[in-house]
Amino acid sequence: MNQIAVIFFSAILINNFVLIRFLGICPFLGISQKIETAIGMSLAVIFVMTVASLATWIVQTYLLLPYDLVYLRTIVFILVIAVLVQFVEMVIQKSSPTLYQALGVYLPLITTNCAVLGVTILNLNEAYSLIEALVHGFAAAVGFGLAIVVFAGIRERLELAEIPEALQGFPIALIIAGLLSISFFGFQGLL
Amino acid sequence: MNDLKVFWRGIFDENPIFRLLLGMCPALAVSIAAGHGFGMGLAATAVLVASNILISLMRRVIPDSIRIPCYIVVIATFVTMVDLVMAAFVPALHEVLGIFIPLIVVNCIILQRAEAFAAKNGVWRSTLDGLGMGVGFTLALVLVSSIREILGSGTLFGIEVLWFWQSFEPMRIMVSPPGAFIVLGLLIGLINFLSMRKA
Amino acid sequence: MEIKKLAVSSSPHLHSQNSVRRAMLWVLAALAPASLFAVYYYGFYVLVLLVAGPVVAVASEALILRLRRKPITAAFDGSAAVTGLLLALNVPAGASWWLVVIGALLAIGIGKQVFGGIGHNPFNPALAARAILVVSWPERMTRWVGPGLVSSATPLAEYRAGNLVPSNFDLFFGFRPGSLGEMSVFLLLVGGITLIYLEIIDWKIPVSFIGTVAFLTWVLPREGQTAFFAGDPIFHVLSGGLILGAFFMATDWTTSPITKRGRVVMGVGAGIITAIIRLYGGLPEGVTFAILIMNACTPLIDRYTLGKSYGSVRGAA
Repeated sequence: MNQIAVIFFSAILINNFVLIRFLGICPFLGISQKIETAIGMSLAVIFVMTVASLATWIVQTYLLLPYDLVYLRTIVFILVIAVLVQFVEMVIQKSSPTLYQALGVYLPLITTNCAVLGVTILNLNEAYSLIEALVHGFAAAVGFGLAIVVFAGIRERLELAEIPEALQGFPIALIIAGLLSISFFGFQGLL
Repeated sequence: MNDLKVFWRGIFDENPIFRLLLGMCPALAVSIAAGHGFGMGLAATAVLVASNILISLMRRVIPDSIRIPCYIVVIATFVTMVDLVMAAFVPALHEVLGIFIPLIVVNCIILQRAEAFAAKNGVWRSTLDGLGMGVGFTLALVLVSSIREILGSGTLFGIEVLWFWQSFEPMRIMVSPPGAFIVLGLLIGLINFLSMRKA
Repeated sequence: MEIKKLAVSSSPHLHSQNSVRRAMLWVLAALAPASLFAVYYYGFYVLVLLVAGPVVAVASEALILRLRRKPITAAFDGSAAVTGLLLALNVPAGASWWLVVIGALLAIGIGKQVFGGIGHNPFNPALAARAILVVSWPERMTRWVGPGLVSSATPLAEYRAGNLVPSNFDLFFGFRPGSLGEMSVFLLLVGGITLIYLEIIDWKIPVSFIGTVAFLTWVLPREGQTAFFAGDPIFHVLSGGLILGAFFMATDWTTSPITKRGRVVMGVGAGIITAIIRLYGGLPEGVTFAILIMNACTPLIDRYTLGKSYGSVRGAA
């Protein structure tokens, strides 16, 4: 139980995927101009990362480890994720049009979100159990969501600021991310 | 566009990190020391050139509707090869780059070059494009990581470079995550500023 | 009067330079007693630090405004001076002068001017710079000294180690090691209450911030213990940078919520984070990081505490 709590809080606060581990930087910088889209993206990522943790855990336990195929993890995992995202997209489209409208546009982008592949490989490297892998996937995605929503709030407010021309766009976004990353340093050593 | 330009633009005008703003994750994560940045750059260049060549060769064979999954499989294969080669020959570097080697698969630069260039051009030009982009990526990584290494550890490629400044105390934030964001942000800002002045 | 009050305490885009200058002069005045106490307690060297902070901050702001081809008068509105002084108050007494100089440059450069100057910075510049200094040179930023610059540990660090801590009387009046500005709770309170009386800062943030820290440090067992309701809230309130942070930094207009409910949310949030870092974290003190995190959340807090009027405010801003 305690181990689960440590994984959960550590993935959100101490080893935040975006701010400390640098995973999922592209969507973090690219889809964070508006709070609404940031929330939509985070929900989609939470969903996919949790399911991907489950799927890759099954693949890894019943296919890669027994047949000694761990060296193929990158290829297998990226395929699993791609198929999974496609499948999730179709299921949501058929079953819940409202949810599809909210998440639909973000789903295709998630395949190339390195946070998803990253979490599955980390689960494998850390040799997590099924529950641990699920919690890690979920919490890492929550940490991603937390960071991107807070970040989008700041960027929305800065829309009207007189940022020097050369720093507009990506540079200022990176500087904000840096300051946000420093703020999270307070949690170092917490667990 | 002549062949030379195909090569050069990846280094300056369309530098993946500074101009196309692609491949940020490794640029931030492995730029703690110049050596790491250089190693990462070479690994990505190898994958980029190889995948550009193969995808260019197969561009008439791959059906349009499933091209992206095909590209990903091609890229993932080369990444696995690079991963295994590095684990065998440079285990120390392989260890520090860690998870970011398998993550070359989802490095946007490689997929973007496959989609935007290799799928539409011949083998020779795709090779040049991959080389140019790879060298540009490597140079950008080495630049970012040199700044971080000098300020954060007082060394460059592991060699003491601030021998003339004995009382220098490394600014440790430079080798920690926030420093990566801030250095890259300011560097892109500086490059924007210089190119705006030139224009 | 109502309109003037609004312009002073809420809008991130300040309309009148004079109101900024007046308020900033009051903030400087409110910080003066605590600053002078630090000089009295530690000696002359501290005065050098306390002067270097504001001077470097104002000079670098003027230089950057010049480079940006903006009127440099904005550098003398007092806000840069306040940032510089707050930064200097946040370093230990034995700190090297260059820490303050680098800190002031970072505060104005990365903390403020990259975002377009006053009213736009998402994080409190002095705290952002302090956080960079703490991460960069941790041992220099925690090398505490007593009177006469003899080295010693802060009460919070002693408390963590389980050692004897100063009496509450000494903590309250400031006879203990710490950052320059967190020494005398009494003098900080005098300054802070003056600012509240002048309506330059709102009481909600300091009260909810300090109240939350007191409550949580009383209720929660510290690391390694199990008894609830056995903490020492008075010690926690009086030590560290809590009073300085709660009154003078969490209340910064630009980086704190503009709604009444939002300010309470900010205070409580910062209090929770501070208490958790103090009780369980790797660092003895969490006020800086707690305020920075709540700064980051400020746009969201505003958005979800304003309700329907949000659209109109955004339009006006």
